[in-house]
Amino acid sequence: MLGKLTLSAIPFDQPIIMGAVGFMVLVGLSVMFVLTFLGRWKWLWTEWLTSVDHKKIGVMYIMLAIVMLLRGFSDAIMMRTQLALASGGAPGYLPPEHYDQIFTAHGVIMIFFMAMPFLIGLMNIVVPLQIGARDVAFPFLNSLSFWLTVAGFGLVNVSLGVGEFARTGWLAYPPLSELQYSPGVGVDYYIWSLQISGVGTTLAGVNFIATILNNRAPGMTLMRMPIFTWAALCSNIMIVAAFPILTVTLALLSLDRYLGMHFFTNDLGGNQMMYVNLIWAWGHPEVYILVLPAFGIFSEIIATFSSKRLFGYAPMVFATIAIAVLGFVTWLHHFFTMGAGANVNAFFGITTMIISIPTGVKVFNWLFTMYRGRIRFPSPVLWTIGFMVTFVIGGMTGVLMAVPPADFVLHNSLFLVAHFHNVIIGGVLFGYLAGLTYWFPKVFGFRLNDTLGKCSFWCWLVGFYLAFMPLYIVGLMGMTRRINHYDNPDWYPFLVVAAIGAVVILFGILFFVLQIGFSIVQREKTRDLTGDPWGGRTLEWSISSPPPFYNFANIPVVYGRDAFWEAKRKGLKQPSTALRRIHMPRNTATGPIVGAFSLMLGFALVWHIWWMALVGLVGIVLSIIVHSFNENRAYYVQAEDVARIERLSSRLLAH
Amino acid sequence: MTTIQDANNRAGHGSFGSYITGLILALALTAVPFWMVMGGSMSTRTTLVGIAAAAVVQIVVHLVFFLHMNGSSGQRWNLVAFLFAVLMVVILVGGSFWIMNHLNHNMMPMMMG
Amino acid sequence: MSADALAIEPNVGSRALTPLQVRPEVEHSEAGSTTVLGFWIYLMSDCLLFAALFATNSVLANETAGGPTGRALFSIPYVLAETFCLLLSSFTYGMAMLALNTGRRSGVLGWLAATFLLGLCFIGMEINEFHRMIGEGAGPDRSAFLSSFFTLVGTHGLHVTSGLIWMAVMMTQVALRGLSATNSTRLMCLSLFWHFLDIVWIGVFSVVYLMGSM
Repeated sequence: MLGKLTLSAIPFDQPIIMGAVGFMVLVGLSVMFVLTFLGRWKWLWTEWLTSVDHKKIGVMYIMLAIVMLLRGFSDAIMMRTQLALASGGAPGYLPPEHYDQIFTAHGVIMIFFMAMPFLIGLMNIVVPLQIGARDVAFPFLNSLSFWLTVAGFGLVNVSLGVGEFARTGWLAYPPLSELQYSPGVGVDYYIWSLQISGVGTTLAGVNFIATILNNRAPGMTLMRMPIFTWAALCSNIMIVAAFPILTVTLALLSLDRYLGMHFFTNDLGGNQMMYVNLIWAWGHPEVYILVLPAFGIFSEIIATFSSKRLFGYAPMVFATIAIAVLGFVTWLHHFFTMGAGANVNAFFGITTMIISIPTGVKVFNWLFTMYRGRIRFPSPVLWTIGFMVTFVIGGMTGVLMAVPPADFVLHNSLFLVAHFHNVIIGGVLFGYLAGLTYWFPKVFGFRLNDTLGKCSFWCWLVGFYLAFMPLYIVGLMGMTRRINHYDNPDWYPFLVVAAIGAVVILFGILFFVLQIGFSIVQREKTRDLTGDPWGGRTLEWSISSPPPFYNFANIPVVYGRDAFWEAKRKGLKQPSTALRRIHMPRNTATGPIVGAFSLMLGFALVWHIWWMALVGLVGIVLSIIVHSFNENRAYYVQAEDVARIERLSSRLLAH
Repeated sequence: MTTIQDANNRAGHGSFGSYITGLILALALTAVPFWMVMGGSMSTRTTLVGIAAAAVVQIVVHLVFFLHMNGSSGQRWNLVAFLFAVLMVVILVGGSFWIMNHLNHNMMPMMMG
Repeated sequence: MSADALAIEPNVGSRALTPLQVRPEVEHSEAGSTTVLGFWIYLMSDCLLFAALFATNSVLANETAGGPTGRALFSIPYVLAETFCLLLSSFTYGMAMLALNTGRRSGVLGWLAATFLLGLCFIGMEINEFHRMIGEGAGPDRSAFLSSFFTLVGTHGLHVTSGLIWMAVMMTQVALRGLSATNSTRLMCLSLFWHFLDIVWIGVFSVVYLMGSM
């Protein structure tokens, strides 16, 4: 009746896990209590959960990312303390079976449920505003993508309390991830949470490409788009091209596990190396998917706060495109040691080195943008400068490992771990946090407290170096990744420093959370009344903060790059043409309903509850079909209502 | 009616002639490789080349006559997207083939018997 | 910085420039073509999905693990018949689109029904083939080659089946609501989907069946 699911699936005998579960349940219950107390369930449903507004969907994505940042970081700090304790024969407090789940969950959460939702959230909020559009091309699809991601998020979090997670590392290589060596439900939770959220991500990619190609304001040619939108376009093209590979690879693994097939098994002809090949054919583009928009964010920030246009717009665009294309021909560098021979290794080593060139072009262009600019230093700029230094170091260690003979020594050592954290934290995370701070006032109408933001930044920066520079050293000394204890006493002091670094980063996160809370409480002090708190250059700053739900009363006509900056420079005024009625999409419950059925489907597949899986699948299909019969999907905002909303915001803006 | 035709014009629409031509060409390009394999009279190499060539040409026939892909402005992004997808397919399939076939490169030769 | 410099549109020079006049009809047909573009982009991602399956097939084609090979299992005339079903269904769908362009609702429904029947034939033949092979002990769990065969051909079959379900929904919607703008856009998308599946089938019969039986 319930497949493999029994009460023994709940790990009552593991106090750390039960503590974490208890904490999560407590937080969840508190949120529900507050909502009930304030009578806000209906508001939550109608204003947020069923919304198809890109700004709201973006906010929800980012909230999900921040929650998962906390969970992924808990995994990190547990690992660092374990390694600081488990020297010279001491076992530490985390047995291997638990430690393996922690490093797996850490990677899966940080990449799939922190970085990707953070990215998609930022693109959701910013891209339509930057191109002068009312929403994305397919608002319902946007909601659907979000709720599929939530279903994946649900599965990952349920796995903590009901069952277990994978113990295979974040990419779940076979044969370890096959049924023979991972008979439990962990790998199944992994597979289905990624497959379901992966569909959401692919659909979001389609959505953004169509939006950027077709929904731009008149006059905004591709070469007049803001640079972040260019980065978003390239990133989304990469998403659409790469995620199908992940879908196939995980599907093949699930066919092995569920239907006894032999793609990657030890026997009857399976080839595990094909899994490694395919998963990295997705995995390498994935990291460029994450970092290109971060580069875009830095470009926007540095131009704004240097009060100077971005140096070398066209080279920046072409460098972005070059990285996007080249990112698809480097993937073998993740498995130089798998034995493809010198010619193959040399080819991919060379492509890996080539891809650093357009990145270098970008770094120089950022520096030239700053040169002779009138630079201000609020926290987004600190994140940017911190990124430039940190990412360059990480990039250099990457190019070092691009040399196959060097990689033979360093593959799967802590040197590798330090490298990828270097570029992901220094590049992706710093970028997204900078972007969050930069665009926060646009979304919420008030700026974040800058002092707390700077505290957060300095803790992150110092903490990062303390946590990861020692890892480069122990990597060179021979320490491999994913071990929960070690014998070499020489490594011990470095791992202690690394643990201290993790604690400093913890303070960075605490300051970040404090910053948000404090800023909300003190929001009148940092209220953005002009819509343009930073002296921005692009269209999103031309409307009020927060914008009206339809974004632009009249779609602007664009005559060049940095359209808003040019308009400000020429002292242009609001055109006095009559306002027209605006066609807007209605909210819909289909997104959350499909998400709920997807969660049901995933959970049922994990536990082999076949009737429930069928209900989930049929539910998804029927919901979509029913939704397709709904003709009442849009409505008109009458011109008088538009005028009223515009008058309200311009009264606020008139100071 | 204008709206329907606008949407279809942008997407490209065909005529009865184009569908019939496409069908006849596709039928022929299907028959040839099947005949080569079922007849078995040609060398393996010729047959393989024949199958591949017929497949490629038939795909183009489908694209042109059924999907109305051309260089017109309405079709431009579709064409760009398609060409990019072809590039990605070549990289993925070709790259995987090259890598996977080399993975035994450094293994010692198998002992006979 | 002027606080009410919200305008982007200058009234410079001699031309008085007007902002975009958004007419609902223009919106709809532009929305329609955006939908078709979006669907095409999704199809390109599906292309890559099949590419990954083809790549896997090429790597595992010889891993028969002592079990049956393609040459032993495949009935080439049977595959030829399947191919004709699918190819003809592409043609009948094209006829349905011509009927759409000239606004003939009954023509659309008729040709869609023909396409549906041909597609159903194709799926029926495929299920029959799978059934036979499994019965002979050549199921997907027998070897890596067979796993790859069943998955690639089966994924194509699942796509065709989804297309048939979609087609049934479309026939219902066209019967109920006629050839509206929404239905036209959807029929256009289904057209792309259906032809695309025929293109993938060209790859399947060429690489998997024909090359695989040599």
